Amino acid sequence: MKRLIKAGHIVEDSWQPLDADAANPGRQQILSLDQWLRLTDRSGRAVMLEPGQAPAPLFDHLEGIPLIAINFPVFTDGRGFSYGRELRERGFAGELRACGHFIRDQMSYLARCGFDAFQLADESLLAEALASLQDFSECYQAAIDQPLPLFRRRG
Amino acid sequence: MYVYDQYDQTIVDQRVDQFRDQTRRYLAGKMTDAEFLPLRLQNGLYMQRLAPMLRIAVPYGLLSSRQVRKLAAISRQFDKGYAHISTRQNVQLNWPRLEEVPDILAELASVQMHAIQTSGNCIRNTTTDQYAGVATDELEDPRPWCEIIRQWSTLHPEFAFLPRKFKIAVCGSSQDRAAIHAHDIGVELLANASGKVGCRILAGGGLGRTPVIGSVICEWLEKKHLLTYLEAILRVYNQNGRRDNKYKARIKILVKAMGVDAFREAVEQEWALVKDGPTTLTEAEINRAKSFFTDPAYLVVDDAAARAGLAEKCGADPIFANWVKRNTVDHRVPGYRIVNLSLKATGFAPGDITDTQLELVADLADQYSFGEIRTTHQQNMVLADVQMDQLYSLWQQLQKAGLATPNHGYLTDMICCPGGDYCSLANAKSIPVAEAIQSRFNDLDYLYDLGPIELNISGCMNACGHHHIGHIGILGVDKKGEEFYQVCLGGSQAKDASIGKILGPSFSQEDMPAVIEKLLSTYLDLREGDEIFLDTYRRVGIEPFKERVYEKVD
Repeated sequence: MKRLIKAGHIVEDSWQPLDADAANPGRQQILSLDQWLRLTDRSGRAVMLEPGQAPAPLFDHLEGIPLIAINFPVFTDGRGFSYGRELRERGFAGELRACGHFIRDQMSYLARCGFDAFQLADESLLAEALASLQDFSECYQAAIDQPLPLFRRRG
Repeated sequence: MYVYDQYDQTIVDQRVDQFRDQTRRYLAGKMTDAEFLPLRLQNGLYMQRLAPMLRIAVPYGLLSSRQVRKLAAISRQFDKGYAHISTRQNVQLNWPRLEEVPDILAELASVQMHAIQTSGNCIRNTTTDQYAGVATDELEDPRPWCEIIRQWSTLHPEFAFLPRKFKIAVCGSSQDRAAIHAHDIGVELLANASGKVGCRILAGGGLGRTPVIGSVICEWLEKKHLLTYLEAILRVYNQNGRRDNKYKARIKILVKAMGVDAFREAVEQEWALVKDGPTTLTEAEINRAKSFFTDPAYLVVDDAAARAGLAEKCGADPIFANWVKRNTVDHRVPGYRIVNLSLKATGFAPGDITDTQLELVADLADQYSFGEIRTTHQQNMVLADVQMDQLYSLWQQLQKAGLATPNHGYLTDMICCPGGDYCSLANAKSIPVAEAIQSRFNDLDYLYDLGPIELNISGCMNACGHHHIGHIGILGVDKKGEEFYQVCLGGSQAKDASIGKILGPSFSQEDMPAVIEKLLSTYLDLREGDEIFLDTYRRVGIEPFKERVYEKVD
């Protein structure tokens, strides 16, 4: 079973990885957006977005989705950061997971954008990566982890 | 100027710690070059042709004397004893060692400075008018707005991996000295019909390979909405900007591809989500930002008497008089003038300044100008608040240090990127071309007769030297491994901004001074009355210049 960082701890993944070619993916399998869109009963199903797949089709269904994974095929493509915020700002309360080839040095930003789970392509890096979540104790902007900008909090 | 509190200091200190750890991991082989690349860039560190280059942020060009002394000390301890003022008002060191960069950043943090987001595909240093707060044509001081944008953009979690770099400039005066039309976003402080000052927002301007003048996205925005509106623009860009081709990744390409109206609509849609949310500026925050940019303790001076005194000194010393005329500018407060320090002495790379010159500038700022110094996007420095009756003693000290070349705004006050001597992106050298032109046109009477001319030189089409918006622009190009120079005419960075037009086939380096001479003599032959070069060009077009430059000599 694959492992990942979730809520600040390393845990085993309760979901099965995406198989974009599967005609009938299992209930515990993460779906591609296409697979997810084809379903009639989507409740309880997890879905993964790729860069270029804006999250708009999910907006009307956020309550029923337990997990949205956002894939980073290359870490320099930062679209996923906005996708995360767009989803959280519309009330998505399930697991928001970064997958693929992001790097640990991006995790504090990802967390600020609403990601609470991090599945690095190389699992052996997970333990070391935990430290990167603590890079900053303060920030200027409002974001998902801190809904008030510093200027509304300055003492 | 802005002073850090414990929050600002904590953020900058933690950034230093973060980069120290990243550098350690990189040097230990735990991170690939590709992974380290954006991390070091977003801390100002380039790997250049000969050595790394560190670009230090000077937010909107404002420095204290203490910070300038620190820059001098850093350039001496970690570099070769000089620094370079960039066209983004930043300071560059050309010879730091990678292993020492975290120490340099820690030194900077000790004087409330950093190198955050001075490079990389993120929101860069916000720039503005070098005469902010003292200009006679100012509607509102842009610096509080720059600081508000600086804080919002610093370590913004959503916009650190944009399709491409992103530059914002703010202008609060009737003349645009911040080149807002040539920026990804330009913010112009502007009164609406009922006299209330708000922001006009331009987007999609930029230089580089495809120069574009920015389009108006919002005619007038209430100031409290500035950050949410910027956030909406960035969000549209981050999700929709092209990422498949770095030459088509700037926001200008997106605005063009979508069309201005569709782009505006997309921004409005995103804005609806965040408008009036927590990022909406509060009166208290706006006032807090403004409180750092209040007037220094100006003396109440009798203007007429001060002017008479200055005129007398000028009458007695024509060389001083000339410097006052060329390098100082009217100040909005009676009895004061704005002083431009020229970093364009012939024989020195444009924008370079030595450690001892930096220390002198810091001392002079303390003595004459309330301890503040500004850097300009024309690669000079400014002492903004000098009493008229102290100009003479200031000038004497500047002159001794080579900082009083009376060429401000003239041909030899050119903008020039570091070019192929330093930069690994450059196609061609730019400094030797600048130096050859400076030497050729060293006669001051000739320069003054030519009138104000902006000559901008870039060593490649990334256009750090802003060649497209120079009245005369020079671009280094590579032709089968040889360096050539393309010339364009008629660019302008003013409110009537325009992109220069290419003259024709490019020239070799040694031909450049003669080419410039032909362009200038064409102008002198054709000008009417007091017309400046740009106006003559706009009246007669490119043809007469073309004919003269390319005419066959028997």
